[in-house]
Amino acid sequence: MAEHLHTRSECSLFDICHMGEILVEGPQAFDLIQKTVSRDISKMVVGQMVLATFTNEQGGILDDLTVYKYSDQKFMLVVNASNIQRDYEWVAKAQKDFHFNAVVRNESDSLAKLDIQGPHAQKILQQIASTDLNTIQFYHFAEPALMDSPSTVSRSGYTGEDGFELYFPVPDAVRVWNKLIELGSKPAGLGARDTLRLEAAMNLYGHEMNETVSPLECRYAWVTSLEKDFIGVEPLREQKKNGIPRKLVGIEMIDRQIARNPYPIFSLHNEPIGVVTSGSFSPTLKKNIALALVQFGSLEKGAECLVEVRGQKCRAKVINLPSYRRSDGT
Amino acid sequence: MSAHGNPANLKYTKEHEWIRVEGEFGFIGISDFAQHALTDIVFVELPALGKSVEQFKQLCLVESVKSVSDIYAPVSGEVTETNKELETAAHLVNSDPYGKGWMAKLQIRNPAELSNLMSAAEYEAYLKIKSH
Repeated sequence: MAEHLHTRSECSLFDICHMGEILVEGPQAFDLIQKTVSRDISKMVVGQMVLATFTNEQGGILDDLTVYKYSDQKFMLVVNASNIQRDYEWVAKAQKDFHFNAVVRNESDSLAKLDIQGPHAQKILQQIASTDLNTIQFYHFAEPALMDSPSTVSRSGYTGEDGFELYFPVPDAVRVWNKLIELGSKPAGLGARDTLRLEAAMNLYGHEMNETVSPLECRYAWVTSLEKDFIGVEPLREQKKNGIPRKLVGIEMIDRQIARNPYPIFSLHNEPIGVVTSGSFSPTLKKNIALALVQFGSLEKGAECLVEVRGQKCRAKVINLPSYRRSDGT
Repeated sequence: MSAHGNPANLKYTKEHEWIRVEGEFGFIGISDFAQHALTDIVFVELPALGKSVEQFKQLCLVESVKSVSDIYAPVSGEVTETNKELETAAHLVNSDPYGKGWMAKLQIRNPAELSNLMSAAEYEAYLKIKSH
């Protein structure tokens, strides 16, 4: 909990080396990515990154990812650790199936990833970065040297705070880590990362998303461009037309119990309506909050529902997301 | 978290609960080792008054930010009182595990069961073996 609060008030450093980096290069790198991700990347400029999803032919989410554009012919896809191999094979298969002139490389073992997050992140990182970090806008990146290590630095993260995601060669990881700690950031773990992202209402693969959940259901409609062609778009267009079966909502417990994945959710009339996807005590808000996937239309804003905690129906209410938004607000 | 010595007047279980015997009653909580391992405790589900429990069976549970953990009864008995303060201040289990962090008071059914528990010295030896 101290790590969580330190990220909100000062600065934490997260070892995220487990995440995957897939490089796509070549004359048709753009076309390959445009075909495999839900987001329209045609408007992206060099130095920009975007959030997107991979969907299967049924429109279910295979993973969520960020896309970094280095040039018209070079992109990096950053994917979740548990899905690295599947994602790599998915993109490589699409390259073959659609005969795109592009090379897909899994660079996950050669690139280290650290996230530096919190209000002091820029001040600390600037001391080892060769580029003025003020020039990096939110969801954009630059390629400065970090202590002479060639890197990619984006202003982004998974905590709801200002901060940066850093990618650089694995052999430099220990000295960059040690230097950033020496300069005042504190190590934080994946437990803190999970409660931080929950407060910021950011999805986690395997919780809010899986192959049976569509991006339209889990608050990812904004990263899904139904007017372009990509694998999975047809069923998603149908779903848009016919209505989504489920919807991801935020809830806050009224009773004292903590909602956790995968506790069932009921309406006040005791009809089963969904399931908790993530839930925890919120260290910042000092409340018990959760994300839940429920039948569309079953819960309006502010409506009450019941979460079954160890056989006991406990009261909760629907809240606006995100639960936490930092005060300087981007 | 500050380190707390394990008081000599308590008996301990292998699951890291303690009991303080006062006449025919016993006060129950979890050890300093346990509170430290569980990290920040944010919720305690106290047992119902009158609940009858068996030795080493579930008495109540605690939740940290990360996990839900069962707490077991050091001896058999009936719950006669619970520490209501924990309903709004679960962190007392972390800050004062042997004092304000107590969870339940039991009427002890069979005092002979106390011989199945460890003294403070035995518990400390047990923790040392576990950590190696």
